[in-house]
Amino acid sequence: MCILPVFPTQQELREMAKEAAAKGVLWKDTSFSTVLRDSIVDVVRRWWLLRILAWESWLSFLFPNVARLPVSQVLHHDPPLVPLVPPASSAAGLSTTTTTPPLTRKRKSLADEQTKSTLTTETAQAPPKKKVQRKVKAPAKPAEEPPSILTPKTELSLMDSEEEFNSPASSDDEPMVDMDSDLSDQDAGTCIDSELDFDDYDEGDMGFESQGNITKKQKLPYEVDFKIYSPEDIQRFQDNEIDEVKHLLGQPPQNSAILLRRFRWNRERLLEKYMEKQMEVLDEAGLKEDESGSSRIQKVPGFVCDICVSDEDDLDTFAMKCGHRFCIECYKHYLATKIKDEGEAARIRCPGQDCNRIVDSKSLDMLVEEDLHARYHELLTRTYVDDLDNLKWCPAPNCKYAVDCKVKNRELSRIVPTVHCDCGHAFCFGCALSEHQPAPCGLVKRWMKKCEDDSETANWISANTKECPKCGSTIEKNGGCNHMTCRKCRNEFCWMCMGVWSEHGTSWYNCNRFEEKSGHDARDAQAKSRQSLERYLHYYNRYANHEQSAKLDKDIYLKTEKKMTQLQTTAGMSWIEVQFLEAASQALQRCRQTLKWTYAFAFYLARNNKTEIFEDNQKDLEMAVENLSEMFEKPVDQLSGLRVEMVDKTSYCNRRRIILLSDTAENLKAGEWEFNVDFN
Amino acid sequence: MALPKRIIKETERLMAEPVPGISAVPHEDNLRYFDVTIDGPSQSPYEQGTFKLELFLPDDYPMTPPKVRFLTKIYHPNIDKLGRICLDVLKSNWSPALQIRTILLSIQALLGAPNPDDPLANDVAKRWKEDQNAAIQTARDWTTQYAKK
Repeated sequence: MCILPVFPTQQELREMAKEAAAKGVLWKDTSFSTVLRDSIVDVVRRWWLLRILAWESWLSFLFPNVARLPVSQVLHHDPPLVPLVPPASSAAGLSTTTTTPPLTRKRKSLADEQTKSTLTTETAQAPPKKKVQRKVKAPAKPAEEPPSILTPKTELSLMDSEEEFNSPASSDDEPMVDMDSDLSDQDAGTCIDSELDFDDYDEGDMGFESQGNITKKQKLPYEVDFKIYSPEDIQRFQDNEIDEVKHLLGQPPQNSAILLRRFRWNRERLLEKYMEKQMEVLDEAGLKEDESGSSRIQKVPGFVCDICVSDEDDLDTFAMKCGHRFCIECYKHYLATKIKDEGEAARIRCPGQDCNRIVDSKSLDMLVEEDLHARYHELLTRTYVDDLDNLKWCPAPNCKYAVDCKVKNRELSRIVPTVHCDCGHAFCFGCALSEHQPAPCGLVKRWMKKCEDDSETANWISANTKECPKCGSTIEKNGGCNHMTCRKCRNEFCWMCMGVWSEHGTSWYNCNRFEEKSGHDARDAQAKSRQSLERYLHYYNRYANHEQSAKLDKDIYLKTEKKMTQLQTTAGMSWIEVQFLEAASQALQRCRQTLKWTYAFAFYLARNNKTEIFEDNQKDLEMAVENLSEMFEKPVDQLSGLRVEMVDKTSYCNRRRIILLSDTAENLKAGEWEFNVDFN
Repeated sequence: MALPKRIIKETERLMAEPVPGISAVPHEDNLRYFDVTIDGPSQSPYEQGTFKLELFLPDDYPMTPPKVRFLTKIYHPNIDKLGRICLDVLKSNWSPALQIRTILLSIQALLGAPNPDDPLANDVAKRWKEDQNAAIQTARDWTTQYAKK
């Protein structure tokens, strides 16, 4: 089958042009140039059509099974018909291509043919010509349209999408695919050219698509949006911010920077204040220009430095706009002290007495020695992150990254914003402790304090021991029957009811005298404390157990690595096959971290309908984790047999964890949980 | 370590044109260590008193402020019982352009204008705010008792 391009006639072309004009597409329909252009197009196209028809029929005769498409493409790659460029709109384009004076139609088309045949004889376009084409194409886009409007719809969509693809926010990639096939089928105009462009688009499209995938990926309820910034990013943000504000305030960049730092990078507040009381703001920031003399190093005759009282004539001195002049050595020394010893950067003041002018970064760069530059800029960057509420440094040691998260402090009772730094550390954005989902920051703080408190020891004593009803000695029952005999006073009593043993009669070892008066008070007093304590211990033991396991993370990890190498040598498994152990180890660590905090969470949770679901989720996860942990501890020779099971269990654990976290986070957000403390 | 020119000049000037009511004499064995006396300003509870202080110029003076301490017992909301002084120019508002004489003048001014809102000696400041007259009387008593000329 042979696909042939259908060339529009001159009449059709003009109609299309009108249509396009009506649709708002730029189109220059001046009488002479259009007529000339159209007729040239017509002749050229007809001539080509004949040639192509001849070729195609020959080819299809010779090679009936070969697809024609590439041939048509090669043949039809008319460079974007140079003479079509309207003279008025593309003077630049014409100057770079063969300029043809407006001759008669015949001569012009001849000339055209010549250029074209030279172009087509070269199989691939020579680089310089490519450039020319592109240059022409850009300014003369509208003029190029007529020859390529073969199927107007397609062409229009090409235009649309071209604009779309130029803008990163484009979201419509469907037409692009259609258009691509349309073009390869039918386009006779700027095929190669557009293909070249499509290469670009394809790249952009891929990037766009992957971006789209990220945003499309379902965000789980317990996840928060965050971004990680490197020190370079932060520097860039500062520069951008300064740049924007500079224009708005009409101040030089270093002054804008000082103002922004002074207003803790709150641009709105700065602008508002600045518009209101410009002089006051400038004065407070030490930027008031009340004395002449710009910030530069100069020699001043008869100058005596107020700091070192040097009065040599050739002394280099420096002063900012405030006019407080000191010798350059003293100035440098002063700044070095401030930066090195006091860790100041953004708010170093002029050394002059009672002067509030802040030393701007330009002056600092000029004066500070090379080795302090890095420190100075680091300090500046630090103030930027410290000043902004949505930025926090990663608390991991030696980590340089900062995290951007939009969660506000007042939302912390509803959200547990866990962020994952690029250094691998996962921490809570709210309190900078390591991740503690699902428990909100307030509960975590309380829980940690409670666990640290020694008061629990006393509680334990009162819960696990009883006092002798007669002499009051503290007794811990360490086994045996309920018939207690106090070591000290030899009082005999029942451990269960605390009543006198003689009253028990014959029902020894089986205290059923619940209502007995003698033991009632003793039981009552202890019951309450014991109950709350047991509750605490229940949760604490489980919490501590998981914490202990979390602390052994490193050991587990090392063990994993050892096992993985062992497996590779003994069981003959490949590296990729033993990765399941690594995955299992990671899942175990992550789940234990979560489980640990579910117990702190549960301790403060007041019972309602939701708690049962929570406890079920918790139980499921815990059982899965313990199962996996058990398998993980198995000797190496059994591990290879357990592979499939472990892989399943690992993904099951991860899934259960997600379910548990999602459930808690959703209910936390909706305020469905009731807590037995007020942690805000 | 050789004494910086600045310290020499300052000392010379303190000797040559002393500030009225203030004297600062360096120790012979340590020229960075000064014995200071300040007369209590008139119209203040410290009038008629002479207060001894010690002043030390640290190594990086004048980049860092001098260390000053009262040796004479004084009842003042901004001076504690160890003689330490709460004064902005000795801390955050220090400027290397300030000098020994300006600092001592500031201290003298502080005696004339106690600031109980920014206290160092809390008990004194509290009394100063609650019963100013009684506090001033105590200050006067202490002056006669400890800072007699």
